[in-house]
Amino acid sequence: MREMTMVTANIDGKQVEVLEDTTILKAAEKAGIWIPTMCHSDYFEPYGVCRLCSVEVVRGKRSRIVTACNFPVRGGISVHTNSEKVKWIRKLIMELMLSRWPNVKVVREMAEQLGIEKPRFASLERDEAEDACILCGMCVNMCNDVVKAGVLGFAHSGIKREVVLPFSERAETCIVCGACAHVCPTGHIKMVLEDYKGKKPDFTLGPKAAIYVPTLQAVPRVPVIDTDSCIHFKTQGCEVCANVCEPKAINYDMQDEIVEIDVGQILISTGFDLFDASPMAQYGYGRLDNVYNSLEFEAILNSTGPTGGKVLMKNGREPRSVGIIHCIGSRDTNYHPYCSRVCCMYALKFAHLVHDRTNAAIYQFYIDMRAFGKGYEEFYTRLLDEGITMIRGKAAEVIEGCWQGDGEPSLMIRCEDTLIGKFREIPVDMVILCNAIEPRRDSDAVRRLFSISKSPDGFFLERHPKLDPTSTATDGVFIAGCAQGPKDIPDTVAQASSAAARILSVLAKGEVEIEPVRAMVQEEYCSGCRICNGLCPYNAIEYLEEKKISHVQEALCKGCGTCVAACPSSAMTGHGFTDAQILAELEGLMV
Amino acid sequence: MAFEPKIIGFLCNWCSYTGADLAGVSRIKSAPNVRVIRTMCSGRVDPSFVLKAFQIGADGVVVMGCHLGDCHYQEGNYKTIRRIPFLKRLVKDFGIDPRRLRLEWVSASEGDRFAHLVNEFTEEIRSLGPLTLSVHTELRKKTPEAVAV
Repeated sequence: MREMTMVTANIDGKQVEVLEDTTILKAAEKAGIWIPTMCHSDYFEPYGVCRLCSVEVVRGKRSRIVTACNFPVRGGISVHTNSEKVKWIRKLIMELMLSRWPNVKVVREMAEQLGIEKPRFASLERDEAEDACILCGMCVNMCNDVVKAGVLGFAHSGIKREVVLPFSERAETCIVCGACAHVCPTGHIKMVLEDYKGKKPDFTLGPKAAIYVPTLQAVPRVPVIDTDSCIHFKTQGCEVCANVCEPKAINYDMQDEIVEIDVGQILISTGFDLFDASPMAQYGYGRLDNVYNSLEFEAILNSTGPTGGKVLMKNGREPRSVGIIHCIGSRDTNYHPYCSRVCCMYALKFAHLVHDRTNAAIYQFYIDMRAFGKGYEEFYTRLLDEGITMIRGKAAEVIEGCWQGDGEPSLMIRCEDTLIGKFREIPVDMVILCNAIEPRRDSDAVRRLFSISKSPDGFFLERHPKLDPTSTATDGVFIAGCAQGPKDIPDTVAQASSAAARILSVLAKGEVEIEPVRAMVQEEYCSGCRICNGLCPYNAIEYLEEKKISHVQEALCKGCGTCVAACPSSAMTGHGFTDAQILAELEGLMV
Repeated sequence: MAFEPKIIGFLCNWCSYTGADLAGVSRIKSAPNVRVIRTMCSGRVDPSFVLKAFQIGADGVVVMGCHLGDCHYQEGNYKTIRRIPFLKRLVKDFGIDPRRLRLEWVSASEGDRFAHLVNEFTEEIRSLGPLTLSVHTELRKKTPEAVAV
């Protein structure tokens, strides 16, 4: 690296000492002298496009006009920032700009500051707009040099010059970082909310940056970078987050670590997935506007959600009425025959909150009202007093209709009200579906890892549905929460506490009891053929070189008996399931 | 009196036995002809057990285990799937119709599948008729009570 020496620059008579290669602009700033700029920003390297920062540099007998933003201070130069020549140039530039963009604020302000009023010229490209693009190129620089997304660029030359997108089409690589809009001096570039027509916005995640805090309740509550969407990992650009972080806590080189921990007991509480109602075309989820599933509506109700907690439709208006449909995918022979347990109560909760926050009429379409817990039935009765309409009859379909015949468009729920024995069509502005709770999509893969089974509904199988709902058939592996079956929060907490207590009691004992069912080699009969060695999935059988026989390590053997069946000498016996015992069973069965 | 097949079932403890138990708990009706012997794993089933079962008078044998990939002991059922199909080809040489030996995978949640298999296999054996081997006649000569043929 070249050694940087200090040089003295003479700017307008003032001496100022700066590092060699500092630009005149920066040196002047140090000396307290203002030089006007239009295309300069500290975000990127100066590139001298607007020429407004032109100054006169005298070296010896020669003087020349250079742009202060990128001309380096070399030893012994003398700069005049306000000479006649400089003033003439500035006047020319500003008049050219004013003639083309007479109404742009930054142009007018700069002209005023420099004492220039009316332009002498009339531009062929005169643009009356207040937010016209003044071709400063700052957006291009941000996009190409800082963020390195490469979306914006200049096209054409001369008076036809303009800032464009590639092929004038919407760019896929634009990450909507807003850097261009942020740096644009005229407000020509705007960030606009896209119309979601035809595309479903992801409510549960919402729009967020590539660096984000996962949830408000995240532990530890630190941001994480999604390397798939972060532009730094694609182009090595941006790094804004690292630059603004004061304690310098951001490290782009961190890698995922795989940590191996030895444990004795495992508790699986991997939760559930929400049934996707898209295949049920009759309810219009994913097709009609304002049809939400329960998690999406939770996001809407949440004060940190997309609407700040207000109950609003897609078009931003409050709904006139809301329909809540129970049992979407539950209690349904076509999807899941079981009851998802929690939906009746959260449907009532939604009704209560909608009633609280809006004047909407609220309808519940239910098969049964399952208010089984402490205080639940009382809550239901309270809701009846709030004027919620309960219609006993599963909704048949959601169609587009109109509001009370006055032509205002809305949705319509068709159902049978079994209590009055009539078909009804209820106009609603918003439909909330109570989707089934189903096992996680990857539950089969998780299951195989731990050698546990699943019950017919797909949730992990407990050892006994009444007497042992937290253990599994595999010793040391416990299950809790919705991984074992749909349940609400109090039940999950109770089950998880119970599983934790079971685990702690095993850990506290300090020793583990193992089943006596295991294999053993009868040494006299073993021929040392070693067929059994390779069969054992737990590598519990070792070959003893000195004795030339195989030997079972008791702590590792799980007692499956595969080696017993395979032993050609019948040297291997399986305690509890010996050949003699099984053959005796056979004989007993055939009587 | 209609012929009632005597079928021996070797069920692995973790999947098929639990599945059979589920069938019972769910009160699913199935034929009573399958007499169950529980082993820890279907890999424990020695081919000699199957042959012994036929020898002492079973009309059919079914070996049930966990689905491939789901074995409680990781790979036991892969050993079963090597042994039993080979045995099916072997019993033909003994004069036993290979349809009398079956290998089925039944998981712990498949109670109705277990019941369906039991019913189906019972009917198949019923249509095949009782198994008579010359060894049965020999055994009957020796100890008539020992062989319930």
